[in-house]
Amino acid sequence: MATTERLVEDVETGKPARKRETKDRRQEGLSSGVEGFNDRARRAVADQQLHDSIELFTHKSVTGRNAVLGALPEAPELRERAYRTKQETMANLDRYLEQMADAVEARGGNVFFAEDGEDVVRYVGDLARRKGAKVITKSKSMATEEIELNRRLEEDYGDLQLEIVETDLGEWIAQLAGDMPSHIVGPILHMNKERITEILSGVSNEELPPDVEALGTFARRRLREKFLAADIGVTGANFGVAETGTICTVTNEGNARLVTSIPPVHVVVMGIEKVIPKFEDLSTFVQLLARSGTGQKITVYTNFITGPRAEGELDGAEEFHLVLMDNGRSRLLGTEFEEALYCIRCGACLNVCPVYRQTGGHAYGSTYSGPIGAVITPLLKGHGEAKDLPHASSLCGACWEACPVGIPLHDLLLKLRNQQVEEGLAGKAQEIAFKGFESTMKRPVLYKISSRAGRLTQKPLLRDGSVRPLPGPMSAWTDSRELPPLAEKSFRELWKEGI
Amino acid sequence: MRAALFIPCYVDQINPEVGVSVVRVLRRLGVEVIYPEGQTCCGQPAFNSGFFDEARELGRRFLDVFEGERFDYIVCPSGSCTTMVSHYYPFIFKDLPEERERSEVLAGRVREFSDFLANVMGVEDLGARLEGKAVFHCGCHQRRELGVLEEPQELLSNVEGLDLLDWENEELCCGFGGTFAVKMPDVSTAMADEKIRALEKSGADTLISGDSSCLMHLEGRLRRTGHDTRVLHLAQVLDGNYGKAG
Repeated sequence: MATTERLVEDVETGKPARKRETKDRRQEGLSSGVEGFNDRARRAVADQQLHDSIELFTHKSVTGRNAVLGALPEAPELRERAYRTKQETMANLDRYLEQMADAVEARGGNVFFAEDGEDVVRYVGDLARRKGAKVITKSKSMATEEIELNRRLEEDYGDLQLEIVETDLGEWIAQLAGDMPSHIVGPILHMNKERITEILSGVSNEELPPDVEALGTFARRRLREKFLAADIGVTGANFGVAETGTICTVTNEGNARLVTSIPPVHVVVMGIEKVIPKFEDLSTFVQLLARSGTGQKITVYTNFITGPRAEGELDGAEEFHLVLMDNGRSRLLGTEFEEALYCIRCGACLNVCPVYRQTGGHAYGSTYSGPIGAVITPLLKGHGEAKDLPHASSLCGACWEACPVGIPLHDLLLKLRNQQVEEGLAGKAQEIAFKGFESTMKRPVLYKISSRAGRLTQKPLLRDGSVRPLPGPMSAWTDSRELPPLAEKSFRELWKEGI
Repeated sequence: MRAALFIPCYVDQINPEVGVSVVRVLRRLGVEVIYPEGQTCCGQPAFNSGFFDEARELGRRFLDVFEGERFDYIVCPSGSCTTMVSHYYPFIFKDLPEERERSEVLAGRVREFSDFLANVMGVEDLGARLEGKAVFHCGCHQRRELGVLEEPQELLSNVEGLDLLDWENEELCCGFGGTFAVKMPDVSTAMADEKIRALEKSGADTLISGDSSCLMHLEGRLRRTGHDTRVLHLAQVLDGNYGKAG
């Protein structure tokens, strides 16, 4: 990749072209390699504006979350109950999905089981063709981000000339900028007000002031035109209730209500793991989701939609389609990675993750970032495309502590690292290093000899009480940090001499 | 009371003074201290890198070495290495009934140093003295897996002359993370810098932790960036021994 880039010459100057940072990241999507975590992280770490934006968002989210969860004495109990509910649901997922499908159909809705993104694109695209749709409005949905629904509809159904509009404010701005969301909950937290002003000014054809009120007014006016013109509304689902066939979406902008009540057709794209058994279970999950995600007791809008508009009802779509998307999820059932399916996409693990806080979401190079992204990207897409991600963690466990469902994310990362080793993906250098490590540590005599050898060889390398900056692999440490020398005498030697 | 020392390999090789302080503090409390000399490394570096087979081999060795001794508790001056034995041995031996049982027995008897002092020995004040303003960094394993957060701070709050300060985002990881520090050096260093900014803001002149590995990372970055902050392991503070040994 790097070589190819170097070979590409800028047409005008004849000089090697630099990689364009501004290219449409959405074009890369999940299919892009994520092996370059370090490269992207390096750029992110050096970006002060990005750092400030992340700090502002994560600080607010973490403080809010701690306050509202702290004020809820039964929070630990809810977390426990959420975990158990998910565990039981996954053990009987086929039954719950069937129950949910039956309930939706009984209310006059349509249900489609999609094995992968391709199936979803075809279902929605064919539906748009049948309906003669021109405008599709969407409310925020990570499931459709995961399969790049917008791009693929535009490409595969180019003849329909669909206008697909994200209506969550952040998602809309990301769409206009051609950016991938950099956070599950706050898709454009990587942008500051100036950047947002620039983007919105670009579409309004006038210079907008960098003022939240003015920008909001412009966005509202522009989005309302789209809401009213929409032929199809597409949403995700925060939860789907098996018992009743009800879809629950939580938003703060009310856009999901307009997406689901104005157009005659409503399509829900829901990951199969979002199903919960009973309506009553919503009480557990909605309480945890709002608190963990945004530090609210409850989001401004919590919608419950059960099938199409029934007789005597005042609003709702005339047609209701539920697309239950697998896309690699069912492969995890019954495996040691099943807990990854318990995620309710609150984003709390991103906010507390010290790695995410330094790099932001784009460094992960995948739809899902942060600890949960580092876990589910390789699980859904395979290690080939996400080999670096399980290593993008110091295993501090802050994610596990913050997770409202109690997913042991850092343990799953460890298991993924082990899976890479088992599949021979760790690389020869590491294999040799750890074989050597085991071999030395297993034999106290060898351990003592290497310790003595280390002390002798380090002598010429010492400077002011530290080991000089080293070349080769150890430069990864010594480039930015002092390395302490081995002590003159080890503890075991001191012990022998008598303490 | 008879305690078997579990001295992490990097403490053995790089910070032996920490081990020496542990011995002195324990003896002062009348604890009989033994040191099983066959011990090397618990296997955590291999485990954290996903090399579970190699970690299991070292885990078996650790079980053999310590099972061969008579003691009431295993005491370790590292929350991280304690966690490897107490939490992650049962994890890697999950499917091997014999080793799992052996590791569970040992898991119940291994204690991080401050946990042992506070909860087994019931000590609150060791009569130590240290002039200065300090912040305490609790290693992540010690904080989350072991839940031993209050104990070291309680012990430090009774050190005469020591002003224990609050610092921003004290729960954030220092960025060491074992091989993470060299696999992802830019992020790891940025994490250390965030801790150092908080340390500067607090006005502390001393950094204390119960994990020498976190300290090695933070001290490495502090020195490189020209800070002369005093860096000490909890055991050294409680022992009143602030110099290098060995």
